[in-house]
Amino acid sequence: MSTAAAKGLPDEAHGHDGAAGHGSGGPANTRTVVSYGFWLFILSDIVLFSAVFATYAVLSGRTAGGPSGKDLFDLRNVAIETGCLLLSSFTCGIMSLVSDAKRPMQTYLAAAVTFALGAAFLYLELNEFIDMADHGAGPDRSAFLSAFFTLVGLHGTHVTFGLIWLVVMMAQIATRGFRPTTMWRLHCFALFWHALDIIWIAVFTIVYLMGVL
Amino acid sequence: MLGKLTWDAIPFNDPIPFFTGIGIIVGMISILSLVTIKRWWPYLWNEWITTVDHKKLGVMYVLLSLVMLLRGFVDALMMRSQQAIAAGGAQGFLPPEHYDQVFSAHGTIMIFFVAMTFMIGLINFIVPLQLGERDVAFPVLNSTSFWLTASAVLLINMSLFIGVFSRATWLAYPPLSELQYSPDTGVDYYLWALQISGVGTLLTGINFLATILKMRAPGMNYFRMPIFCWTALASSLLIVAAFPISTATWGMLLLDRYAGMHFFTNDMGGNPMMYMNLIWAWGHPEVYILVLPAFGVFSEVIATFSGKPLFGYRSMVVATLAICILSFIVWLHHFFTMGAGADVNGFFGIMTMIIAVPTGVKVFNWLFTMYGGQVRMTVPMLWSIGFIITFVIGGMTGVLLAVPPADFMLHNSLFLVAHFHNVIIGGVLFGAFAGYNYWFPKAFGFTLDERLGKASFWCWLIGFYLAFVPLYILGFKGATRRMQHYDNTDWQPLMLVAAFGAFVILCGIGFIILQLVWSIYTREKRRDLTGDPWNGRTLEWAVPSPAPAYNFAILPDIETTDAFSEMKKHDQTSIPVPPGGYQPIHMPRNSANGFFTAFFTVVFGFSMIWHIWWLAIVGFAGIFITYLALAWRSDEGYEIPAAEVARMEAAGRKGVKA
Amino acid sequence: MDVVDHHQNQETTGDIAPGDNNTTLLSGIQSYTIGLLLAVLMTAGSFWAVQAHVIWGPAVPIALIVLAISQMGVHLAFFLHLTSAPDNTNNILALAFGILIVFLVVVGSLWIMAHLDNRMVPMDQLMQMQR
Repeated sequence: MSTAAAKGLPDEAHGHDGAAGHGSGGPANTRTVVSYGFWLFILSDIVLFSAVFATYAVLSGRTAGGPSGKDLFDLRNVAIETGCLLLSSFTCGIMSLVSDAKRPMQTYLAAAVTFALGAAFLYLELNEFIDMADHGAGPDRSAFLSAFFTLVGLHGTHVTFGLIWLVVMMAQIATRGFRPTTMWRLHCFALFWHALDIIWIAVFTIVYLMGVL
Repeated sequence: MLGKLTWDAIPFNDPIPFFTGIGIIVGMISILSLVTIKRWWPYLWNEWITTVDHKKLGVMYVLLSLVMLLRGFVDALMMRSQQAIAAGGAQGFLPPEHYDQVFSAHGTIMIFFVAMTFMIGLINFIVPLQLGERDVAFPVLNSTSFWLTASAVLLINMSLFIGVFSRATWLAYPPLSELQYSPDTGVDYYLWALQISGVGTLLTGINFLATILKMRAPGMNYFRMPIFCWTALASSLLIVAAFPISTATWGMLLLDRYAGMHFFTNDMGGNPMMYMNLIWAWGHPEVYILVLPAFGVFSEVIATFSGKPLFGYRSMVVATLAICILSFIVWLHHFFTMGAGADVNGFFGIMTMIIAVPTGVKVFNWLFTMYGGQVRMTVPMLWSIGFIITFVIGGMTGVLLAVPPADFMLHNSLFLVAHFHNVIIGGVLFGAFAGYNYWFPKAFGFTLDERLGKASFWCWLIGFYLAFVPLYILGFKGATRRMQHYDNTDWQPLMLVAAFGAFVILCGIGFIILQLVWSIYTREKRRDLTGDPWNGRTLEWAVPSPAPAYNFAILPDIETTDAFSEMKKHDQTSIPVPPGGYQPIHMPRNSANGFFTAFFTVVFGFSMIWHIWWLAIVGFAGIFITYLALAWRSDEGYEIPAAEVARMEAAGRKGVKA
Repeated sequence: MDVVDHHQNQETTGDIAPGDNNTTLLSGIQSYTIGLLLAVLMTAGSFWAVQAHVIWGPAVPIALIVLAISQMGVHLAFFLHLTSAPDNTNNILALAFGILIVFLVVVGSLWIMAHLDNRMVPMDQLMQMQR
C-alpha cells in the first residue's frame, strides 16, 4: 500500500482492475466511504424536503382569508437571494479546488466570500420573514403561511448550519493544516453547500415564481 | 422555571402507573447499586457503554428490544384482560383515558423499540461478519445511533411516571393529536421520543448502506453476498428513503403544537388528511424495513438446516429489490376509506396485490430449499417453518384487505388487528427469535438450550393462534379495534379465548427468559469450540465463537456464494493464513461520544416536552459541543500487533482439529 | 502521514467519492465557471418567464419546471461532477433511487390529495355540520 493511497486522495482511488464501480475489490478508501455516506445523508435530506414540498403544494391555496403569495412575495428580493446563493456555490467550488491544491490563504479567501454570500442570503431571508410577520402574515395566520415559513425556513436553517460548519472547518485548517480527515470533511461541506443550492432552485421556482403567477 | 412540570404530573391517584413507576425506579436503583457494589462500572464503561464494536452494539440492541418486549407485552395483557372483562355493562379495570394510553404505548413500543430495534441489532451483529469486514463504515456514529434509540426508550418510559403518554394511537392522527384535543404532554412524549429514535435509525441506515456498498471483502461481488445482507441492504435503503418523511411529518405536527401553525388543524386551512397521507408514505415502507431482514434470517436458517444452497438465489435478490421499490407505491391502502376516488383506490389496491407476488416467490424458494434437503428440526428451523405457515395466512388476509370494497367492510375492525399481528408476529418476531437462536453462539461462544427453545416456540405458535384467530372472527362480526368496553355480550367468549392465548404467549416469553438463564448457567457444557456449531454456509461461521474484536484476522478472498461451505468442501475450516503470517490490525478506539450525545438528547427532549426552554437550550448546546469534540478528536485508532492476533486466533480455535 | 486510516486495506476499489474528479486547478475553475454561466442563464430565464408576460400564460409553469430541472442537471454535472463513468455508478444509483422516491412521494401525495379535495367536505365545514 503506497503512502499516497493511505492519504485517501482521490487520485489514488483508481487502480484495481475489474473492480471499477462495483466495490468488489475490497474496502474502498476512507475518503470515498465518508463522502458516500454523506452523499446518502444528502439524499435523505432531499427526501425530507420533498415531504415538506408536497405539503406546501397541497396547502399553498389554503390562505384562510389571509394574504396569498401574490400579495406577499417580492421577486426582486428573491432574485438577489438567488444570486447570492448561486455565487456562493461557485466560490465554494473554487474553495474545493484551492484547498485540494493546499493553498491556505486562497482557501480562507474563498471560504470568507462563501460565508459572506451565505450570510447575506440569510439576512435577506430573515428580513423578509420579519417583514411578513409584522404585516400580520406570520406562520400562524394560515395553513399556506405555516407551510411557507416551514419550507423556506427549513432551507434557511440548513444554510445557518452550513455557515457554522464552514467556520469550524476553517478553524480546523488553521489549527491542523490540510490533513486527510479535514480534507474529506471539507469535501462533505462542499457537497452539502452545492446540494442546498439545488434545493433553492426548487424553492424559488415552486414557492416564489409559481406563487406570483 | 420548570415550564409545565409540576407535582400534578406524578400520578399519585392512579395506582397502576404509580406503582409501576415506583417499581421501575426501585429496580433501576437496585441494579445501579449492584453495579456499584460489585465494582462493575469500569467493565461496563469500557466494554459496553463506550464500545464501537458492531457486535457488542448488536447485542445491546437485542437486549434493549427484549426488555421493551416485556414492557409492550404487559400492555398487551392489560388490553386483552380488559376486553375479556368489559362486556355488557361491565367497565373492566382500565378507565378509558388509561386504556387509550395503553394501546398507544403498546403499538409505539412494539414497532419502534421491539421489532425495529431487534432487526437493527441483528443487522449490526451479522452484516460485517457475513461480508468479511472488520467493522462498519462509521463505528462511532453506530454507537451514537444505538444510544439515541436508548434515549428514546428512556423518554417513553419516563411518561409512565412523569405526566401521561399519548392517547392518540401509535400514529398520532390529527386533529386528535393537535393541541386543541390533546393539550397534555402525552403526544409530546410520543413525538420527541420518535423524532430522536428516528434520527438514530436514519444514521443506522446510512451507516449500513455505506458498509454494504463500500466495505466488502475482496471478491465479494454483489451476487456473492449472503441473502441476509441483501435484505439488510434493501431495509437500509428503505430507512434512508422513508425516515425523512416521518421526520418531516412529525416535525410539522410539532410546529402545530409548539408554534401555533396550521398544517393539520381543522381551522385556518389546515388539512389533517395530509398527515394521514404522509405518515403512511413512511409507514408502509416501515413495515418492509421490519420484515425484509426477517426474510433474510429465514433464508440463512433454512439453507443451513436443509444442508443445501438456497433455492433460487437470484430470484430471491430480485424479489427483495422489487419489494423494496413496490413498498413505496402502496401506502394508500391504509386509508382506502378516507374518500379518494375509484382511480386512486383501484391503483393502490392493485399495487398492493402485486407486492404479494415477490413475497410468494420467496415462500416457494424457501419450500424448494427444504425439498430434497436433509432438514434438521432445530429451534431456528422450527421458528422458520412456523413463520412460513403463519405468514402465508397473514399475507392472504392482507390481500383480502387490499380489495377496496372488502376494506370498507373490515377497516378498523379487529380483523385488521388480527391481520397485522399475523404478519408482524408471524414474520418479524418469529424471524427475530430464529435469528436469536441461530446466531447466539457466534455472539457468546455457547449454544442456547434446545428443549426450552422448543417449548418457547410451541407456546408462541399455539398462543398466537389462540389469541388472534378469535379476533379475525370478531372482526367479521363487526367488533372494532380500540374498544375500552362493548355492549354486545356475544363477543365475550371469543374475547376470553383471545385473552387465554395471550397468557399462553406469556408462557412462551417465560420460556425464552428461562432458556437464556439456563443456558448461561450450563454454558461450560454447551461451548462452541469450532466456531461452526450448525455446519453453516456463510463467512460468520469461519471465525471463532465468540468472534474476536477484529472479526477476521485475515481478510478472506471470496470466489463464490456460500463462501464458507465452499471452503469446507476443500477441507478448510478457517480462512488460511498466508505465508507471511498475521499482520497487525488497525481498530477504532472506544468513544463516549455517542453516550454523551444521547445524554444531552434526553435533557433536550425532556425539557422540550415540558416547555423548560432554558434547559432545552442547555441540552442543545451540549449536543453541539459533544459533536464539536468529535470533530476535534485526533483519534487514530490503535493497532493490535501481529503476535497478539496470532495468540487470539490460537486461543479462539483451540477446539479445531488442525 | 499523521493520520492512519483504519479502513485502508490492501486494495482500493474503482469507486470514486461523489463530487470528486481529477482535474487541474485551471480546468476545475473552467468547469465551475461554465456551470455558473449556464445556471445564471437558466435562473434569469425563469425570472424573465414570470415577469415578461411573453410566454402564453398556461405554459409558464411548464417552462419554469423545465428550466428548474435543467438547472439542477447543470449543478449536478458542473458543481457536483457527477458523470456516467463506471467509477460513479454507486453515486448515480443512489441519486436515482432518491429521485425516484421524491417523485413517488410528491406525485403520489398530490394525486391522492387532489382526489380527496374534490370529493370530501373540507374539514372546517365538516366540523360545523357536526355541531
